[in-house]
Amino acid sequence: MATRVLGLGALVTVAGATAFALVGVPADLNQGEAQRIMYIHVASAWLAYLSFGVTAAASAWWLVRREPRADAVALAGAEVGVLFTAATIWAGMMWGRPVWGTYWQWEDPRLTTTALLLALYVGYLLIRRLTDEPARRATRAAVVGIVAAIDIPIVHFSVVWWRGLHQGPTFMSPDTILNPPAPGPFVAALLLMLGAFSLAWLWLMVNRYRLARLDWEAEESARRGRLPGLAAAVPAPRP
Amino acid sequence: MERGAAGGIATVTAVARHLAVARAIAAKDLRAELRGRQAVTSTLFLAALTLLIFGFALGPDRASLAAAGPGLLWLAVILSGVLAVGRLHQLEMEDGAFELLALYPVPRAAIYLGKALGGLAAMVALGALVLPLTAILYAIDVASALPGLVLVIGLGALGFAAIGTLYAGLTVRLRAREVLLPLLLLPVVAPLLLAAVSATASLLAGDPLGELGAWLQLLIGYDLAMLLAGGLTYGLALEE
Repeated sequence: MATRVLGLGALVTVAGATAFALVGVPADLNQGEAQRIMYIHVASAWLAYLSFGVTAAASAWWLVRREPRADAVALAGAEVGVLFTAATIWAGMMWGRPVWGTYWQWEDPRLTTTALLLALYVGYLLIRRLTDEPARRATRAAVVGIVAAIDIPIVHFSVVWWRGLHQGPTFMSPDTILNPPAPGPFVAALLLMLGAFSLAWLWLMVNRYRLARLDWEAEESARRGRLPGLAAAVPAPRP
Repeated sequence: MERGAAGGIATVTAVARHLAVARAIAAKDLRAELRGRQAVTSTLFLAALTLLIFGFALGPDRASLAAAGPGLLWLAVILSGVLAVGRLHQLEMEDGAFELLALYPVPRAAIYLGKALGGLAAMVALGALVLPLTAILYAIDVASALPGLVLVIGLGALGFAAIGTLYAGLTVRLRAREVLLPLLLLPVVAPLLLAAVSATASLLAGDPLGELGAWLQLLIGYDLAMLLAGGLTYGLALEE
């Protein structure tokens, strides 16, 4: 019930934030209407990084405690994170075409980092797919999840050094907080979108987590032969 | 005071013993290779062939080939390296030796180090072949920057062997390991590729931008991070 309310709340706030970003805020002077894409782009990027942080922490949690809960959280983080990473890249390309004049900008370190991020966690989901036994799957995935978390900062450094021309961070950098260049309505639209997307993220995470727990239980029951009907559907462990 | 000294000596002997284990495992891999196991030797030919095929793909223009040289060198090393580290584990698995390895009463980190040393030897062999071949095929003068290039290849080989060994151990029992290993490995080694290619290009150009030091630092940091990750988690792959 609480999840339903959360989902409904997410739906309403995403709709509200979208309406505000489309008609409530004026278009950007330089970038025109295309700038509106940034509200979605930035919100997705923030949640993508949050998701992968959750996966890294849950992977360590699994390796230390071996609790099925930890694996379910790690899976939810990776899958939802891949979704938001793909959304980030897609929105970034839609914005880049009119503003930069190109879909793909090799000199932008954040775009290249995000593309590698997507590849890293698609690999994480693949190794999960290819392992049948739940505990083994959780361990293998946890190792990949931790290596990916170690790799991300190195990837970021390497591509930044590799000659980045990206405009600095618009948010969270000290001099933009001290003399804000972005007028109030722009910031309000971005914050509203961040809040709305975060609600949607939470709703997705909770549901994916529950599904993962049910999957795990079904697999375990089938393994122990308690659900003979399911045994045929779940592949036997490899010797 | 005395206990402290004794404890120190005990630690040193324990480390020495683990290093001996690692060396024995690496020596075993090397011996098997020299007696014709063909885990790595075949990948050497693949690396050479890759360089040749790149030449066809990019056309006969000398200047563009030389400009692409550092990138092609490292692509040849890494693409063949994925197969080399994968095969080092796969053949062990097919011989039924991987299970036995896991049964030895030695720390998992020592086993990891041994397998990683074997992988390092394979990667160094690949580098030693690919470097002169790149020089010949793409008309690049490597002699003037040779010591630096050897260092960069050594650091790149170490980092690749460190993460490659971990992921090869993790995937060796999987059905689709031939596809999965490169899918997992290539995004993770992207910063290594970037740093190694940039360092190589910078060395060949005489380091005009003074950026060589930064790339070497990145390579060293990458190597240490991946060795640490492998040492801590490789045992989990063995324990199944």
